[in-house]
Amino acid sequence: MSFHRIVLTVNGSTEQVDVPGNMTLLQMLREKLALTGTKNGCAAGECGACTVLMNGEPVNSCMVLAAECEGAEIVTVEGLAQDGQLDIVQQTIIEEGGVQCGFCTPGMLISARALLNRSPNPTEADIREALVGNLCRCTGYARIISAVKAAAQATQ
Amino acid sequence: MINPHPGLPELDYIKPASLEEASKFLAAHAGEAKPFMGGTDCFVRLRDGAWELKYLVDVKGLDGTNTITFESQKGLTIGAAVPMNQVISHPDVVKHYPLIAEAARTVASYQLRNRATIVGNICNASPAGDTTGACIVLGGVLNVFGPKGKRTEPLSTFFKGPGKTVLEAGDIVTSIFLPLPPNGAVGRYIKLGRNMLSDLSIVGVTVLGYPDKTTKSGYRFKIALASVAPTPLVPTKAEEILAEKAINGETILEAAQAAMDAATPIDDVRGSARYRKYMVRNLTRQALTDVWSKLTQ
Repeated sequence: MSFHRIVLTVNGSTEQVDVPGNMTLLQMLREKLALTGTKNGCAAGECGACTVLMNGEPVNSCMVLAAECEGAEIVTVEGLAQDGQLDIVQQTIIEEGGVQCGFCTPGMLISARALLNRSPNPTEADIREALVGNLCRCTGYARIISAVKAAAQATQ
Repeated sequence: MINPHPGLPELDYIKPASLEEASKFLAAHAGEAKPFMGGTDCFVRLRDGAWELKYLVDVKGLDGTNTITFESQKGLTIGAAVPMNQVISHPDVVKHYPLIAEAARTVASYQLRNRATIVGNICNASPAGDTTGACIVLGGVLNVFGPKGKRTEPLSTFFKGPGKTVLEAGDIVTSIFLPLPPNGAVGRYIKLGRNMLSDLSIVGVTVLGYPDKTTKSGYRFKIALASVAPTPLVPTKAEEILAEKAINGETILEAAQAAMDAATPIDDVRGSARYRKYMVRNLTRQALTDVWSKLTQ
C-alpha cells in the first residue's frame, strides 16, 4: 500500500504527514498528531464524536480520508481555545453543566461553534437541527442546548 | 473479540488529474475500484465488509463536478461533488427547486451533508435515497463520462436494483441536470423515520404537482416512493388517476391507495412490510393534499 505525503494546517500549525491511503482524518489526528480530543465513537458517520472543522465547515472526520486533506485547514477541539482563553461555547457548556461523561463533548463543541459561526443568533430549533448529528447518552441534551443559547447570548 | 471501531480495509487512494485518466483507471480495475465523492456510503460499506475494493478513486474536483449552474431557459446542473449543504443554500435552488432543498435537508446530519452529495445519493442506488425522488419527479438526467466519452442517462431508466444501476466500469457521473420545473409547480417530500431528524427513511414520499391543460383533471402529479421497492418507485397508476379524474379528497385517497398497491416493501429493522404499505397510503395522501392545497390557494 502506498503512502501519501500531505501538508495541511491543524489548529493553526502547518503539519506534514505521511498517511496510508485507507487512513481517515480521525485516525491521522489521533494516531499521527496525538490530538486525542477528537473521539472515535461509531466510525460510521452517525454519532458525531469525531466532528472537526474542515475549511470552516463541520465534518465527521471518520468519513474523510487523510489523503484527501492536502492543503486543508482543520480545527479540532484542541484548537478552540485561543491564548489560554476558552471559546465561549466551552465556557457556557461548563457553566450550564452540559458535560457528564464528556465523550461527545468535543464533537458537540465543534458543531456548536460551526453553528454560531454561520448563524450567530440561532433559535432553539436551529440549535437542535445543528446538533442532530451529535449523539449524547448522558445529558438528555437540555443543558447542552441551553449552553449553546447562552453562548449565543453572550456574544450578542 | 469484534472490533467495534474497525478502520477502513487496506486500499489505495487514487486522485486522477482528469476524467479521462479516472475513467481509464476505473475501467482497467473493474470490480476492485470505485469512484467516490463524499464517501459517506462507501466508507460504511467498506468497513462492514459489504464491499471489497483495492482502490478508491477520488473524482471530486474533476471537470464540472464542483459547480452548480443555473440557466434560466434550460435548468439547473448540480456537479457530482457539490455537498448537499451547498445545494440546500444555493439561491437558485431555493428559488426554483425548493423540493430539492426540502429533500436534501432530511438527509442525516449537518456535518454529514457537508460531505454527502446528491449524485452520490443517486449512484448509491439505495431505494431509501431521500433526494432521489425529488430528482425523479423533476425529470433529472445524469451526465456521465465513460470509456466511450460523454453521454446522458435519464433517471427513469437508471436503477436496476438495490445498489445496482446501468453504470458500468469506467463510468463517472459528473453532474445531474434538472430541467426547469413546469410553471406553477409545487413539491413536497414527506419522510417517515424512526426519529424526527437524521434517520434513514422507513417510507419516503415525493410529490410534484402542476397545472397541465393536456390532462382531463387540468393537473399533473408526479410521485416517487422511497424504501418500498427494490428501486425508487414511481406509482404510475396513481399518477394516471390524478390526471384523469377531477381532483378532490376522494380522488386523492384513490391515488394514495393505488400508490400503496404498487409498493412492494420488505420487512427490515426499520419497519415491517405491512406497516410500510399503510404508511405509503397515508403519507401519499398527506403529500398530495399538501400540494393540492397550495396549487389551489
